[in-house]
Parts: sequence; C-alpha cells; structure tokens
Amino acid sequence: MKQIKTVFLKDTGISGEEKTDDFFSVFLGKLKEKDLQKSVQLAKTEFVGIYDKGIVVKTWPTEAVYCNVTEDDIDTIINQTLIKGKVIDELLYHEKSRPSRIVLRNCGRIDPENIREYIANRGYSGLQKMLSSMSPDEVIGELKKSKLRGRGGGGFPTWLKWDLTKKAQADEKFVICNGDEGDPGAYMDRSILEGDPHSIIEGMIICGFASGANQGYAYIRAEYPLTIERVEGAIKEAYEHNLLGDNILGSGFSFHIGIRLGAGAFVCGEETALIASIEGKRGNPRPRPPYPSVKGLWGKPTTINNVETLANIPIILDKGGDWFAGIGTDESTGTKVFALTGNVKNSGLIEVPMGTTLRQIIYDIGGGVSSGKNFKAVQTGGPSGGVIPSKYLDTRVDYESLQKLGSIMGSGGMIVMDETDCMVDVARFYLRFCVDESCGKCAPCRIGGFQMLSLLSGITKGICDDDCINKLELISQAMANASLCGLGQTAPNPVISTLKYFKEEYLAHIQEKTCPAGKCPDLLNYTIIQDKCTRCSLCFKKCPVNAITGSREEGFFIDHEKCIKCGDCYEVCRFKAIEKK
Amino acid sequence: MTEQKLKELLAKWEGRRGNLIMIFHEIQNTYGYVPRRISLRLSEMLDVPLAQIYEVLTFYHYFKLEKPGKHTIAICMGTACYLKGAAVVLKEFKDILRIDEDKTTEDGKFYLTTVRCVGCCGLAPVVTVDGKVYSKVERTQVAGILSDFLAKEEEKETNE
Repeated sequence: MKQIKTVFLKDTGISGEEKTDDFFSVFLGKLKEKDLQKSVQLAKTEFVGIYDKGIVVKTWPTEAVYCNVTEDDIDTIINQTLIKGKVIDELLYHEKSRPSRIVLRNCGRIDPENIREYIANRGYSGLQKMLSSMSPDEVIGELKKSKLRGRGGGGFPTWLKWDLTKKAQADEKFVICNGDEGDPGAYMDRSILEGDPHSIIEGMIICGFASGANQGYAYIRAEYPLTIERVEGAIKEAYEHNLLGDNILGSGFSFHIGIRLGAGAFVCGEETALIASIEGKRGNPRPRPPYPSVKGLWGKPTTINNVETLANIPIILDKGGDWFAGIGTDESTGTKVFALTGNVKNSGLIEVPMGTTLRQIIYDIGGGVSSGKNFKAVQTGGPSGGVIPSKYLDTRVDYESLQKLGSIMGSGGMIVMDETDCMVDVARFYLRFCVDESCGKCAPCRIGGFQMLSLLSGITKGICDDDCINKLELISQAMANASLCGLGQTAPNPVISTLKYFKEEYLAHIQEKTCPAGKCPDLLNYTIIQDKCTRCSLCFKKCPVNAITGSREEGFFIDHEKCIKCGDCYEVCRFKAIEKK
Repeated sequence: MTEQKLKELLAKWEGRRGNLIMIFHEIQNTYGYVPRRISLRLSEMLDVPLAQIYEVLTFYHYFKLEKPGKHTIAICMGTACYLKGAAVVLKEFKDILRIDEDKTTEDGKFYLTTVRCVGCCGLAPVVTVDGKVYSKVERTQVAGILSDFLAKEEEKETNE
C-alpha cells in the first residue's frame, strides 16, 4: 500500500484576516488536478509554534516546514516535496537555534499507548544500562553530576533526596510520583503523563533501585481521566515486558507501581499531605522534620518526586550527568517546562533551557501580548508565586533569580497579564484560592488567609481604611513565618509581590476609590461621552434596569443611582461612546 | 449498588493499605455521588467509624454528598480562564439558571459548579457541559450553550 502523505496548513499572519481556509481550498484544488487527493491528506491546524510567517506548511513523511508560502508555490511543493520527497531550500523555515526538548522529548512524537515506540526512541535504555552495570551509589553519583533539582517548585537537589532515603535503615521504602497538579493555569504534568507515561515509570524504577525501594505509587488527579487511563495502560504494558514486577530483566531487582487518585485538594501537592492522602486520610500536612526521606509513607523512608523531575531521570542515565549539567546555568541545570497562558498570543506548553530570559519566553516564543495591549506583568509559581513587572523582563529564569524578585519557579505556570488586569484583583484571586484550599489545621493560614482576603475584597469594593496596607503586610509576615506547611507560608506571596511592584494601584483603590485597570466593578462608573454618541439608542434598549434615560433628540444619560454596573451598555455600544472609569 | 457489588468492591481492595479514598472513587463512579446509606454500610463492613469516613469525604472537593443534577456544567476558574472573563460567564450561568454555585436547578436538569483548571488554558475561558468542552466562551454565548443542550435532549427523547 502506498503511504499516505500529510500536509498541515496554518496562516500565522498577524493581520487578523485568517487565510487558512482560502489557501486550503486552493491547495485541495491543485491536488485534485493532479489526482492526488487520495494519497495526500490535507489538514488545517490550530497551532504550529511559528508566528507572523505568513502561511506555514508542514509536510510529512518528508519533514519540512515552509513559511511565507504563496499560492504560486503550491505546484512546487506538490512536485518536489510530495512526489519526489525533496526539501525546497528557498521556502524552508529557519528556526532560531533552540536546543532540543528533553522532558517533552517524546510528547506528540510517539504513540503513548505503545511501549514499542517508547523503546524505539531509546526508552528503557537508561534502565537497562543501570541494571547491567551500575550500583545504586553510581546512579546517585550520576545524578549529583547532573545537578538536577526538583521541578515541583522547591528546587531541592534530587540526588540528595534519593541519598537520604538510601541511607535510612528500614524494612521497606517507597517511591512516590507527585502528579497532583493543582496549580491553576498549569498543565505540564498532565501533558507529560499523557504524552510519555513510560518515561515516568522508568524514572520511578530507577529511583527505586537507587534508593532501595520496591514499591512505588503514582498519585494522579482524579480530574484527569485520560491521564489515569494512559498511565494504567503503560504500567500494564511494562509488567508484560518484565520492566516492572519481580526480578526485572533478570537483574534480581523487583519493583511494583500502583496508582492512587487525588480527590481535588490542592494542599495534597505538599509532600506530607500527599502521603496522608495515599494512606487514605485527610490531606493534612505535618511539621517537618522528620522529612519523608526518613519517615514518610506509613512511617517508612519515602522519596517523593515531581512528574517533570522523574521525566528527566531516564535521559540523564542514558546520556550521562555531565551532558545534562552542560545545559542551562551553573546552579540551575537542564530545561524547564512552562505552561505559558493568559494574555499572550501563542499560549501553550513550552520547554526552554534554564537561564532563558522572560523576554525571550514572552516575546520570541509567546509572540507578545495578545490584542495589542501593553504588557503589565508576568505571574510565575501559581498561588505560591508572585508577579514580575516589565522592568525585570530581562531576568534569566532560574531558581535563584526568580526568588530574588519575590516570585518562585514553582511547578511551571506562567501567566501573562496586560494593562487591563487589575493587580489587586489578581492578588485577591490567588488568595481566595489559598483560603479555599487551606486545610484549616494551623491558625496562621486559616485565620490569616481569611482576614487578608476580607481586606482585599474590601479594597476592590472601596470599603477600607487607610491603614489596610499596613495590616496586609503584618498578616503576610505572620503567615509566612508561622504557617505549618508550604501552602500557608507562600500564600501571601501574590499579595507581597503586587504590593512591592504595584503599590500605586493599591493606593488608587484605597484613596481615590478608582480601579486604574478598569476591572473592579464596584469602583467603576459608566458614562456616555456625548461627543461620540450617535444616539442609536441601543444601550437604552439593552439596559436591564432602565438606568439609561433620555431620548434620541435630547441624548442619553446613565443614572448612576440605578446603574447595577453590569456592563451591557459598554459591550453593546458600537461607537465606543461609553466610558468605564 | 447491591450488597453483592459492594462486597466485591471491598474484596478487591481488602488488605491494601490506604484503600479508603480509592473505594470512595469507585462508589462515586457508580452513583455520581457517595450516598449516606452506602457510607453507613461501609462503616460496618470496614469497621471504620462513620466519623472517620465523613472526615475524609468532606475534606476532598471531588467527592459529592448529594445527588448531582442530570447535566453538570463546570466553569473553569483557573487563572487563565479567570483573567479572560470566567467570572462574567459564571454570573451569566447563575442568572439564567437562577442557582448558585454547587447547586442543582429545581427541575434537576443542571448542576452548576466551578473547577480549578481543566488543563487547556490555551482555550480560556473554558466551560464543560457533561465533559463536552466549550472554548473561548463569551457571556453572550451562554444562553446558546444551554438551549443547544436542551434541544439535543429533546431530540433524543422524541427519538426514543
């Protein structure tokens, strides 16, 4: 049978006019002329990772990416690339050189439900190498050389964690994969687990061998049904190939993995709470030390690693720690996966070497702020992180630099905000999240969070006294110092960082009772600009509470007493004659 | 769930440590929620105090104690969705259905809830109705989504 060829199309121009459909019809027409429509599959695609390069055409199996393609080029592409399998140099897209992906090496490339494809891409070769020629100490030594640090947020050296578990004396030990990705706006772990589940299984087996554990648990969110299905399937396949189970590949080493489901509690991302959850209890954290490496699941030494950390392990063993340490910066090696979202043109999952600047990420990869507004800030680290304003855009992304700015690396959420996003509202959003998710065990987090939230809500509603910034700062300090676990200690971070960089916005809310970004509804007033108004009466008809009075002859006016600030008039006006201030 | 099925389920997890949460998951998968009478039976069969069962059940957002509506509308309140106007979309759903979050309409047709993150932030704001994903939802589309759903249901009923 002849192999089907595939062509992907996408208009990446920024004019706003989508030409993908038109181009698709022309291309299809030309294919039909040559009677190729059955052997060539033509597909429109949503995202190609390229921006502002006209029509982009990707072909397969001859892997070529062409940009700025015009209709005149179609014949050449059909004749040269599709029929003869040649690449046309003149049209080729030259990407700015970027190092290849490490963590996401297989995602989207292999069939995650087929172990053979993973093996064909050097999968399980790190494991084989280890079982045939390495001792646990050598594995940990290799990791030490790689300088890999935990990708869940804290950045604790991975080798040290493993070594502590290894040195602890116990009759049984455990490995846990932390896939409780509760951070809003982040989906790195999900993509890895769904796109390349075997890399996590291999990472867990290696961790078990090095630390002396024979049982592992993959803790996955119940909200990700496909992820659970893929991981379950992959574990089954690994058992069938004796990559899991007793006496793996005849080495004498045994390792088992079971799945445990999360149930929608953010605090379970914290390692001691996660352990409680696997034990079938409430996800309450407990004070550390003792650390889980010494006393973890059922009181036994336990290594907990984040999904992304584990995905790095097989390739480090395969290619060596020195190779890995060569990528990134001195202190933060390797790459990091970010979920780039918010008001950015190209939102999606990206993988960059540590040390890439925020500007490169947001502008070169993200394509800048969407809808042509001005960049205001970028938020990293989710509810435990902070905002970074535009003057620090040239900061290199690594654990230490982000911490210096009052944010954290976190698990990898990166949310771009523009001038219409109100920083007080953002701080309130994150704080509300932490208040909802607080387990309620310790007072600083339970009471402090609630009090801060009511202060912030007051500010966004214009009900506050001049002293409230002071109060916010005081409670923040108390929470950061006295909370039991990471959730409470870092919950004030969004407030502290917005106060640090956007104090004037807080002051505008408190003193002038206005929201400069135009987001807080209670502080907004809608007025009709009479010069722009064409008296079409659309807003008059739309207003649900008859707060707009007047007539076509006299003009229309908004009665602020009656207005419920629903914004209907603002949306319906086609002449931008309604001002929101 | 019959007594027999419950026994089978318990046999499957018997002897495995920390099985309580996994058992709840299976019960909820069957019923859509964890009914009180099952919790009572579970307490007897596992010899675990009912207080402990409810301690765990009420801690986790995922477990529901009341029977949910026929169709679940979930509005994503992740950061990306929130910034792109999820709060406005949620308010519109509340106004049209005349219910609050985590409540079911009187006719039992719709259950309205918010979720943390659906994990497709590129499509923000996201709403799912019985798992069907609506992306880049605007306030003005809300009524359409609901009537679409009702129309499809009616069609189904007449076909049956």
